[in-house]
Amino acid sequence: MSGFFNSSIGRKYAMAFSAFFLIIFLVIHLAVNITSVFSEDVFNDLSHFMGTNPLIQFGLQPILIFGVVFHFVMGFVLEAKNKSARNIKYARNNGAANSTWMSRNMIYSGLVILAFIVLHFIDFWIPELNTKYVQGDMSGLLADGEGFRYFEELQHKFVNPLRVGAYVIAFILLALHLLHGFTSAFQSVGATMGRQKAMKNIGKAYSILIPLGFIVVALFHHFNH
Amino acid sequence: MNLTLKIWRQKGPQDKGKMVDYKVSDISEHMSFLEMMDVLNEQLVNSGEEPVAFDHDCREGICGMCSLHINGEAHGPDRGITTCQLHMRMFKDGDTITIEPWRAKAFPVIKDLVVDRSAFERIQQAGGYISVNTSGNTQDANSIPISKHAADEAMDAAACIGCGACVASCKNSSAMLFVGAKVSQFALLPQGQVEATDRVKNMVAQMDLEGFGNCTNTGACEVECPKGITLENIARMNRELFKASLIKF
Repeated sequence: MSGFFNSSIGRKYAMAFSAFFLIIFLVIHLAVNITSVFSEDVFNDLSHFMGTNPLIQFGLQPILIFGVVFHFVMGFVLEAKNKSARNIKYARNNGAANSTWMSRNMIYSGLVILAFIVLHFIDFWIPELNTKYVQGDMSGLLADGEGFRYFEELQHKFVNPLRVGAYVIAFILLALHLLHGFTSAFQSVGATMGRQKAMKNIGKAYSILIPLGFIVVALFHHFNH
Repeated sequence: MNLTLKIWRQKGPQDKGKMVDYKVSDISEHMSFLEMMDVLNEQLVNSGEEPVAFDHDCREGICGMCSLHINGEAHGPDRGITTCQLHMRMFKDGDTITIEPWRAKAFPVIKDLVVDRSAFERIQQAGGYISVNTSGNTQDANSIPISKHAADEAMDAAACIGCGACVASCKNSSAMLFVGAKVSQFALLPQGQVEATDRVKNMVAQMDLEGFGNCTNTGACEVECPKGITLENIARMNRELFKASLIKF
């Protein structure tokens, strides 16, 4: 199979498999985040479970990091190869006549998402690693010991309107990325169901609702902190 | 109608090339695009200039020879046609029309608007055939039962004329619609099963070797294809390669 994954089509499969994994991950991430809008306690309990469960922390988290890094690195590698396949550009090219803006600009929406992930890691992931694995505090409790810290940290992050603005922009770009990527992933693995109307509609619904959910969470906590 | 043409001129493969402006007048809207090019070339010959080199053969939309990237689209603004079938009624008096060769590293320019599409030939030679004994005892194809649906789909795939519009339209210069069609026309039929594993592996390997880009499913190829080859053929090729890789590492 090594020959398969070295071929152009094998790389399409690899991109699609990592995309499917990330599509499922986004659903789980939003399912946890959205609870913060309805219940502080449920959000705290879920966050503590996700942040301390060994299977999630040492089993799923490394796979997730690999999936994210792989999707980005492979995306850049393929983009570079694709760019080099046309050494002289057209003087006039009417891309809008035969394809969507989203499909032609996956690299740019991807770059914005990458910038967002860097910001997100600085905001949440690195402080979490610091608290849990550098300072050794696995309790998940506030400094005064009065309840879990997760909800308070979440609200605190969304005070700054610039950060909220950056999150909203990034999620709009994520929606655009998904509007092509969702059905494209099915096509890449040879599943023509991605071309059928029902699956196209599911893709559209997913691509709009998931980023919208994240935007709602960010805006809710900005206006309700 | 009177038109301004911006045409890519390149003396040979090593020449840098450039866009050159030409004026043509009294063009009939009933002319095909290639007839308009003939008028221009007659004008150039009469004035002692080098005519514009462009590919053409049957002028009936069958052979796949005519190419041309016209106003930013392969075979121009119309759908389901080759350049020889494009009529000047698609343009207006006073228009400026940009005419360029197919742009892809795997399709190097030979001269002006003529590109070398032999990369497609090499992909075909890598597996786009079935081995049949033709020494006089060939089996009648009709003696092999084939479902109507499979026969129709295979015929649709076989409609590919190898013009290269898919490569020219794709932002990645990918040849996957062409290769997908050529793999599909055999993959759908019992006669193609015997060599199916090697066929798809060898054709994809040759496609990659030629320097075509990777498909990112933009669908531009499908829209611009003069023969209506669909993306389902790329999906089928992807499945065929996956299956072949499981059978033969």
